[in-house]
Amino acid sequence: MNEKELLTKAVENGNRNDAQCLTRVLLEQGLAPLEIVEQALMPAMAVVGEKFKTGEIFVPEMLIAARAMKEAMVLLEPLMTKAGIKPKYTAVIGTVQGDLHDIGKNLVAMMWKGANFGVVDLGVNVPPDRFVAAVKEHNPHLIGLSALLTTTMPAMRTTVAAVRQAGFTSVKILIGGAPISEEFAREIGADGYSPDAGSAVDGAKKLLAN
Amino acid sequence: MSRYTTLAISEPNELRFGLAPKPLTTRHGMQIGGGTVYPELNFTLPPILVNAQTMPEIQRHYRQIITGALQRAVELECHGLVVEFETLPPMTENPVWGVDLAKILVDAMGEANAKHGLKSVLRMTPNDTREMERPPRMRTGQLWEAMLKTFEGAAAAGAELLSIESVGGKEVHDEALMIGDVRQVIFALCVMGTRDMRFLWTELGQIAQRHGVHCAGDTACGFGNTAMVMAEQRMIPRVFAAVVRAISAVRTLACYECGSVGPGKDCGYENPILKAITGFPMAMEGKTAACAHLSPLGNIAAATCDTWSNESVQNIKLLGGMAPTCYLEQLIYDCRLMNEALADGRDAALMYRNWMVRSDAARDPQAFVLTPENSIAIARSIVCAPNDFAAGKAAALTAISLLREGQRAGAVKIAAREQPWLDTMEEAVGSLPTTESEFINQMMGVVDTTKFVARDYGLAG
Repeated sequence: MNEKELLTKAVENGNRNDAQCLTRVLLEQGLAPLEIVEQALMPAMAVVGEKFKTGEIFVPEMLIAARAMKEAMVLLEPLMTKAGIKPKYTAVIGTVQGDLHDIGKNLVAMMWKGANFGVVDLGVNVPPDRFVAAVKEHNPHLIGLSALLTTTMPAMRTTVAAVRQAGFTSVKILIGGAPISEEFAREIGADGYSPDAGSAVDGAKKLLAN
Repeated sequence: MSRYTTLAISEPNELRFGLAPKPLTTRHGMQIGGGTVYPELNFTLPPILVNAQTMPEIQRHYRQIITGALQRAVELECHGLVVEFETLPPMTENPVWGVDLAKILVDAMGEANAKHGLKSVLRMTPNDTREMERPPRMRTGQLWEAMLKTFEGAAAAGAELLSIESVGGKEVHDEALMIGDVRQVIFALCVMGTRDMRFLWTELGQIAQRHGVHCAGDTACGFGNTAMVMAEQRMIPRVFAAVVRAISAVRTLACYECGSVGPGKDCGYENPILKAITGFPMAMEGKTAACAHLSPLGNIAAATCDTWSNESVQNIKLLGGMAPTCYLEQLIYDCRLMNEALADGRDAALMYRNWMVRSDAARDPQAFVLTPENSIAIARSIVCAPNDFAAGKAAALTAISLLREGQRAGAVKIAAREQPWLDTMEEAVGSLPTTESEFINQMMGVVDTTKFVARDYGLAG
C-alpha cells in the first residue's frame, strides 16, 4: 500500500493521527492538495458513505471518519484557499423561521460535509432574508431548508419565494423534514425533496447534476 | 424537593395499565390510575402560519377539533377524556393567543359536561420556547417570561394539568446522539437536564398552587424520542437508543421530585420506569400514535398506561371524518378493550398486559428495556443511587446488563453490528469518575460550552 492508499484507509478507519501524518508525508512528497483530496480523502468518504447506505455502519462511525478527514483538511485547506481552490459544491442550510428543530438539519449538513461540500449552516429559526443574504454572500450551488412543524411549512414557501424574487433562480433548493413531501416541494417551487438525512447527499448530487 | 429512595411498585405484576398506587382525581371526577384507562387526544394544525391575521382561522380549527372530538366521545359513551393542548411556538411567545385557545377548549369541555355528563380534563403543554435563543437563556428573558405567562393564563382558564416537553440539556444531547457518546448523554440528561428540571418545575409548582391545578409531568421527548427516531432511520444503534431511554428516566424523574403528580406526559416512553418509582399515573402512546411518528413500541407502551394517547395529528379531513375525531375513536376503542380486561379482574388484565409486552419485547432492544421486569430493574438502580449522576450511570449499566442477559437467553434480538456497542458503552460508563464534581470538570472540557450558558445550569463556566 502506498501513502495515498494508507491515508484512504486511515480516514476510513477514523484514525485521526495517521490521517494527519500521512497528509503531511504526501505534501512533502510534492502531491498537490487537491490531488490528496480527490484521490485519497474523497474515496475514503465514498466507502464510508456506502457502508452507511448499506447499513454496515451508523452515523457516529461515519462521523469518526469525517473527523479524521477534518484532521487532514486542517493541513490542506489553507493551501487550497491560497491557491484559490474551492470545494466543488457550496451549500447553505438552515431550519426555517419559527422552527427550532435542528438535529435533522445537522445530520444533513454533516452528510454534505462528508461528501466534501462547503457547508454554511445558518442554524434554526432562520428568516427568509437571512437565507437571501447568505446566498448573496456565499453564492452557493444549493440551499437546504428544514422544517418539522406543519405550521412552519408556510415559512418554507416564503423562503423559496424570497430567494427566487431576489434573482437567484439557478441555485437549487432541496427541502426536508417530517411533514414535507415531494408534492409540497413541487408546490412551493423547490427543486427537490429529501425523505431523510441519509438520502440528502444523493438527492443533492442528483439535483446538481441536472 | 424530595428524592425517591424506594419503589412504589416493586412487583412486575403490579406494574400494569389502568392502575397506579397514587391515582389522580380531577375536578370532573375522573380518577386517572384508579382502574380505568382514559383516552388522551392530542392534535395540531394543518400547514398554516400562526400570526395575528390567521388567529381567527386558527380559533375556528380548535373549535372544530374540540366540537367533533367531544361529540364522538359522547356518542361512543366514553368514560372520560383527557385533552392535551400542546401549543405551537408563536402561541407561547404570545401568551394571549395560547390562553384564548385554551379557553375555547375548556369552555367546550365544560359545556359537554353540563349537557351530556362527559367528564374531561385539559392538559396544557406550552412549548419550551427558551431554545429559540441560541445559546438558550434558561432562567431569564422574554421567552422565559412569556412561557410562564402562558402556563399561568391557561391554569387560570381551567387547564387542570400542566406539562411541558422541556429542553434543558438538549444543547449537548443532540451532539451526543450524533457521535454516539454515552458519557455526553449522561452529562446532558443527569447533570444539565436534572438541574434545569428542578428549577423549571419549582416555578411551575408555584403556578399550579396559585390556581389549584396539578403539575402533571415532563418527558424526555427531545432526548429519548430523538434517539428512537434516529434508530428507526438506522442512524444510531437501537441498543444505544435503549440505553439513552433508561438514562432519560433520571431526568424526567426530577419533575416528580419537585411535586408533579402525573399523568406523566404521553411521549415519555420512559414512563413505565417512572410509574414504578413514583406510583403516579402515566400517559403513554404507541400504535395509535403512528400518525405522529413510527416506533417499535406500539403495544408494549400500552401495557402500563393510565391514559392512552395519539401524540399529535393534524386537523385534516380523512374519509371517516376530521383526523382528531378519527384518532379519538381509535383511542376510545383501545381503551374499551383495556377497561374490559380490567373489569374481568386481575388475571384477565395481566394476561392482556402480557400479550402487549410479549408482542413487542423480543423484537427491539428499546421495547425490551421497558418490560415490567426490566423497567423495575432500571427503576431500582435509579433509586438506589445517591445522586443524579450516579443514577444515570446505574441506569445505563443496568440497561446494558439486561440487554446482554436478554440476548443470551434469546429474549431479545440484537443485530450483530450492534453488539460491539454494548461493550463500547459499558467501557465508557465504567471509566467515568466516581464523583459528580469530577465528572462535571471532565465533561466541561469535552462538550461544546459555547452552546449553553453554564450559569443557567448552576455550573461554573
